[in-house]
Amino acid sequence: MSQFTSGFWDLYIGIISIVSILACAVLLWQQSVQKTAVSQTSDHVWDEDIREYNNPLPRWWMWMFYLTIVFAIGYLALYPGLGSYRGALGWTQVKQLDEENERAQQVYGPLYEKFAAQDVVALSKNAEALAIGQKLFLNNCAQCHASDAAGSRGFPNLTDNDWLWGGTPEAIEATITDGRNGNMPALGAALGEEGVRDAAAYVLEISGNASDSIRAARGKEKFAQICAACHGADGKGNQALGAPNLTDKTWLYGSGAAIPETIANGRAGHMPAHKDLLGPAKIHLLTAYVYSLSRK
Amino acid sequence: MKADVVEQSLYEVRKAIYPRAVRGWFAAWRWLLVWGTQLVFYGVAWLPWNGRQAVLFDIVHRKFYIFGLVFWPQDIIYLTVLLIISALSLFLFTTVAGRLWCGYACPQTVYTEIFMWIERKVEGDRNARMKLDGSAFSLKKFAIKAEKHAIWIALALWTGFTFVGYVTPIRELWGEVTALFGLNAGAPVPALGPWETFWILFYGFATYGNAGWMREQVCTYMCPYARFQSAMFDKDTMIITYDRLRGEPRGKGDGKGDCVDCSICVQVCPTGIDIRNGLQYQCIGCAACIDGCDQVMAKLDRPKGLIRYSTTHALEQKLTRAQMFRRALRPRVLVYCAILATVVGAAALGLWLRVPLKVDVIRDRAAIAREAEGGLVENIYRLQVMNPTENPREFEISVAGAAALQLVTEPRVAIGATDSRMVPVRVRADAALLAPGPHKIRFRVRAIDDPAVSVEEKSVFIVR
Repeated sequence: MSQFTSGFWDLYIGIISIVSILACAVLLWQQSVQKTAVSQTSDHVWDEDIREYNNPLPRWWMWMFYLTIVFAIGYLALYPGLGSYRGALGWTQVKQLDEENERAQQVYGPLYEKFAAQDVVALSKNAEALAIGQKLFLNNCAQCHASDAAGSRGFPNLTDNDWLWGGTPEAIEATITDGRNGNMPALGAALGEEGVRDAAAYVLEISGNASDSIRAARGKEKFAQICAACHGADGKGNQALGAPNLTDKTWLYGSGAAIPETIANGRAGHMPAHKDLLGPAKIHLLTAYVYSLSRK
Repeated sequence: MKADVVEQSLYEVRKAIYPRAVRGWFAAWRWLLVWGTQLVFYGVAWLPWNGRQAVLFDIVHRKFYIFGLVFWPQDIIYLTVLLIISALSLFLFTTVAGRLWCGYACPQTVYTEIFMWIERKVEGDRNARMKLDGSAFSLKKFAIKAEKHAIWIALALWTGFTFVGYVTPIRELWGEVTALFGLNAGAPVPALGPWETFWILFYGFATYGNAGWMREQVCTYMCPYARFQSAMFDKDTMIITYDRLRGEPRGKGDGKGDCVDCSICVQVCPTGIDIRNGLQYQCIGCAACIDGCDQVMAKLDRPKGLIRYSTTHALEQKLTRAQMFRRALRPRVLVYCAILATVVGAAALGLWLRVPLKVDVIRDRAAIAREAEGGLVENIYRLQVMNPTENPREFEISVAGAAALQLVTEPRVAIGATDSRMVPVRVRADAALLAPGPHKIRFRVRAIDDPAVSVEEKSVFIVR
């Protein structure tokens, strides 16, 4: 685990450390007796009459210096510090972290296990489970989905019961565990500038918004050819692909000018996988919390 | 003049000090403070209060209970103020009458006094102790020394136990300690934790080492206060002074001063100095030499106060006691008093007006402003609502500030006793009514059962 490409520097550090410690010991031993004038003061005079008394340190103070040397040698023998030498105890930060995690697991594990056995629908009505779920959400999810879970531009609202990838407990759990990659391809080249505006007009129309009916009629044809493959012939989307329902009033990237932009340039939504970060027990509680949000 | 050159150790072996027992006015004051501080220290830990320990510093849960008050880490300002008051008091007392803290109230002095009392009871006074230490090893000497150290260690361990009892509930700790010795067999008591054990032994060792062995060395070599307190002296500071004019030349017989050179003042000194050499940094201001000298003067029918609290100016200018005391009210002292009174007053007022509720507002930063249906803008906040009281409470959240701000989330929250909760809050406004950019918003959190318990916090509402 050396940061250096050559073994020389490990040796260099090790030798410098040992030599310095020994040099300190020799210096201390050499300097504990000095040749000095028999005088009560140190013979320095400041500001005409201020003299410093020659008050030696106590003997036990010197023993403390020696003690630090003994400590340094003991420390370097037990812990990594001398170049690539790993220490007699074999201690590493990673090992310590693992031990602490294991201890935390012993303390908190039973708490999560109690909930892991219950199904999500039951947990979504359990106040204690929801309180823990909310804390997990605020620490891990709120950065994107906002503290109230209602999302923001590009990050889905989790409280509205409108789901990109499905709102069943299983689908939510799968989304958190493995993450999702939503991919809307860029269709600007395929549709052309006019085609994009036509398609956008049609999309606005099917969601009940005011739009240009001539453009919408032209857009309907393009939609059937290109968009329906993912969004369905009726535009109601496909949760297996994460293709959103275009007939409702939920717009992940905004309505209006954002729609032709989405069609022309595409979108890539990314929900990261959390299985390694949180583990199944915490994800189970988070699922229950998220599930409860749209069923209040 | 060329001095002789010799080989000298840079480190000095401590010369043993055998302070002689002393009685008198100042010794009585010290014992009063010993009793006062130690009754508080050993006693308060055992006081109950509403089903918990009255004074408990629960570091694990970060709650600090002092009788009816519960402090949180956010209340650190009160600790700061306490330290400021302590420092200012030290400045004031030191300027007026020297190292009063060192001589009468410092734990190092107090425990050394107790340990020396034990030592006297076991080994005898100064002469007996010197004789004992000078004698060859014998079973009797060993028995006496063993008895002294056994009592010292017992007291030190009890001190360590009491100390830890302010951090872990002391009654539980007592159960754990007695379980170690099988005293309450059968009762299901958790084992003494490794850290509890460590700290009991650590503080026990510190007490035994500092009060039994280190003594004056703590003051002369280790204590920073000791060194900077003399920087607060001026020529009107009352310090323990030998009246050279009256005392010299020392000795017995005609033509000599009042000092009979009996060396009592040196024998009683816990730091082993001779006060007749003038003010020295080792002097902790304990006034044992005053008590000792006064006894001798009384026996000789001479006026007391050959060694007394006096000031440089009083000696130089031959001031009367009244004149000297009047000088105590000099500008420096009055300024210290004024600052101290202000800080104490402000702290008392702060504690009196302290609202048992804390709120932090944290704005969601990922989404600056969220569009909602119908031209509305939403901002999201997290309110950390902390209820430091020992009763569960319900609170109501409200918003004020720019026009048209509207709280969307449920305004009522219930928080358990000495608990806190992160409450996500959504605030909505009509974008058409507000200019783009930031707007002021104030969150008010109010206890339902007591409108006086109310906190207001500021934040911003952003319209894009």
